[in-house]
Amino acid sequence: MISSEIISSPAETNTTPASKSGEIVFERVSKSFADNTKPAVDQVSVQITAGDLVVILGPSGCGKTTLLKMVNRLYEPDGGKIWMGGKEIHTLPVNDLRRQIGYVIQQVGLFPHMTIQKNIAVVPHLLGWEETRINQRLEMLMQLIGLPVSYLTRYPRQLSGGEQQRVGLARALAADPEILLMDEPFAAVDAINRERLQSELIDLHSKLNKTILFVTHDVEEAFRLAKKIIVMRAGKLVQYGTPLELVTQPENEFIEELVGSNNILRKLSLVDVNSILKARENQFYQASRSPSAENPHAVLSPQDDLRSVVSLLLCSGKDALPVKDAEGQLLGTIGYADLRNMLIANLPSE
Amino acid sequence: MKYLFNNFDVVAELFLQHLQLTLAVIFFSLLIGIPLGLLLARVRRLRGPVMSVLGIIYTIPSLSLFVLLIPIFGLGTRPAIIALTAYAQLLLIRNWLVGLTTIEPAVLEAARGMGLNGWQRFWQIEFPLALPMLLAGVRLVALSSIGIGTIAAFINAGGLGVLLFQGVITANYDKIFTGALEVTVLSFATNYFIRYLEQRSELRIYGKRT
Repeated sequence: MISSEIISSPAETNTTPASKSGEIVFERVSKSFADNTKPAVDQVSVQITAGDLVVILGPSGCGKTTLLKMVNRLYEPDGGKIWMGGKEIHTLPVNDLRRQIGYVIQQVGLFPHMTIQKNIAVVPHLLGWEETRINQRLEMLMQLIGLPVSYLTRYPRQLSGGEQQRVGLARALAADPEILLMDEPFAAVDAINRERLQSELIDLHSKLNKTILFVTHDVEEAFRLAKKIIVMRAGKLVQYGTPLELVTQPENEFIEELVGSNNILRKLSLVDVNSILKARENQFYQASRSPSAENPHAVLSPQDDLRSVVSLLLCSGKDALPVKDAEGQLLGTIGYADLRNMLIANLPSE
Repeated sequence: MKYLFNNFDVVAELFLQHLQLTLAVIFFSLLIGIPLGLLLARVRRLRGPVMSVLGIIYTIPSLSLFVLLIPIFGLGTRPAIIALTAYAQLLLIRNWLVGLTTIEPAVLEAARGMGLNGWQRFWQIEFPLALPMLLAGVRLVALSSIGIGTIAAFINAGGLGVLLFQGVITANYDKIFTGALEVTVLSFATNYFIRYLEQRSELRIYGKRT
C-alpha cells in the first residue's frame, strides 16, 4: 500500500541531495565522565554506510548509549570527530543538527499535555513547515506506523505502551530525517509487542532506507534487526560486522560467548536464511572449520539430549555418529535419519 | 449585619482595596518568583541557600516586618506589598520548583534531542507541565496575602483590616463581624477561582481523574 516515494519524496528532504547524507563516521571518538576514571567510550572508530540499520550491542555500562548520544550532541566527545554525511557535526548549530536527526528513547518521552498530532508535529513546526504540508505528513506517518488517523486528537495517556512507542517513532520521523537514533526503544515493551515492533521496524527500514543506529543489550534483538552490528565492551569497539560474520568469524572469546560458542542451535537462531543466500552469492563464505573425521568429541553418549545431537551432527559433517558409553563401548549409531523418523513418527497426526 | 447594609459603599471600597493589594502581591511575586525558581531548577547548588533565606524571611512575624519597613518605605500600601511579596516567595518558589523538577526526565531529554532550544523547551514543555504546581503556589500566596493583608491596615495600607482594627478599638462587634465575613468571602472566592484554573491545567496533562 505504502510506496517509498510518498514516504520520502526528494522535495521533502532538507538535506543535501548527495546520496551519502545518511553516512555516519566516528573517528577515534572518546568520552569520559567526571565521576569515572575509565573512559565511557574509548577511541572508537567506525564507519556506518548510509541506509544501513546498525545495532550497537553490548552489556550495560559498555558505552553504547554514550556513543549514540554523541551523534546528536546530547553528549560532547572529549576527543575525536564525528562526521555526518561528510560534515563534521560540530560545524552545525546544535539544534539544527538535532532537528535533522530522529531520536527515539526507551521511555518514549511523549509530551503528556499535547495531542498525538502536536507531539508529532513539533519538529516540522520548528522548521517552519506550512500547515497543509504538516497535515499531509501526519496522515502519512499514521499510516506508516499503522495507527488510525483518529488517534491524532488523542493524548499519549490514552494509548498503550506499544502504541506510544509507535508514536515516538512517528515523531522521530516527522521531519523526514536521514538518520534515526534509537536508544533501547523496545526494552520496556512486553515480549509479544516487542517482536511486532521489531518486525515493523525491519519493514519500515526497507521502505524508508534511512540510516538507523539502534542501541540494545539484547543479543537476539540485535541479530534480528541488524545489517551490521557494533559490539562494544568497556568503552571499546570489539567487533564490527554482519551477524553472519560475528557468528562465523568471532574476533575473540567475548564475541564467541555472546553468540553461544558451543551451542550451534543458538548460533543458527541468530542468522537468517537471507544472509546465507547473500553470502553464497558473494562467495566469500567458506566453511571456517573443515569437518574433521578424527574429532574426538564427535561421539555421542547415551545421556546427550537431542539438541546436542543435532549440534554434533552439524559440526562433524557426518550423517550419523557413534554412541559410546563411559567405558567407550560402542552402543550404536544415531543420524539425521533416526531423528527425523523418530520425531515425525511421534508427532500427533493432524 | 446592619453595619454592612448601612455602609455598603465603604465596605465595598475596602474590599476592592484588599483585592488590589492581593493582586499586586501576586503580580510582584510571580515577577520575582518565576525567574528565580527557574534559576534554582537549573542550578541545583543554589537551592539550599536560597530556600533557607526565604524560610528565614517567612518566620519574621508580619507585624514586626511591617513596622521594620516603615523607616525605609514609609506608611501605606508600598511596605505592605513589599512585605507580603517577601513572604510569598517561599510559598510560590517551593511549589514552582517542585513542578519544574518533577517533570519526567525522558520528556525533557526527548525535547532536547529533538532540537528545541532552551526558550522553546521552557514555553512548550516545562511551563505547561509545571503550571498546576505554579497555580497551587499562587493560591497559597493569594490566601496568605488576604489573611496577613488585614494586618497591613495597621500601617495605613487600607483593606478590610481597617474594619477589624476600628471594630476592636471601638468595641463595635458588628464592624468586626462584617470585616471578618468579607475576608472570608474573598478567601473562599479566590480559593475556588484559582483551584478551578489549577484543575483545568491539570486536566490538560493528566486527563480526567478516574
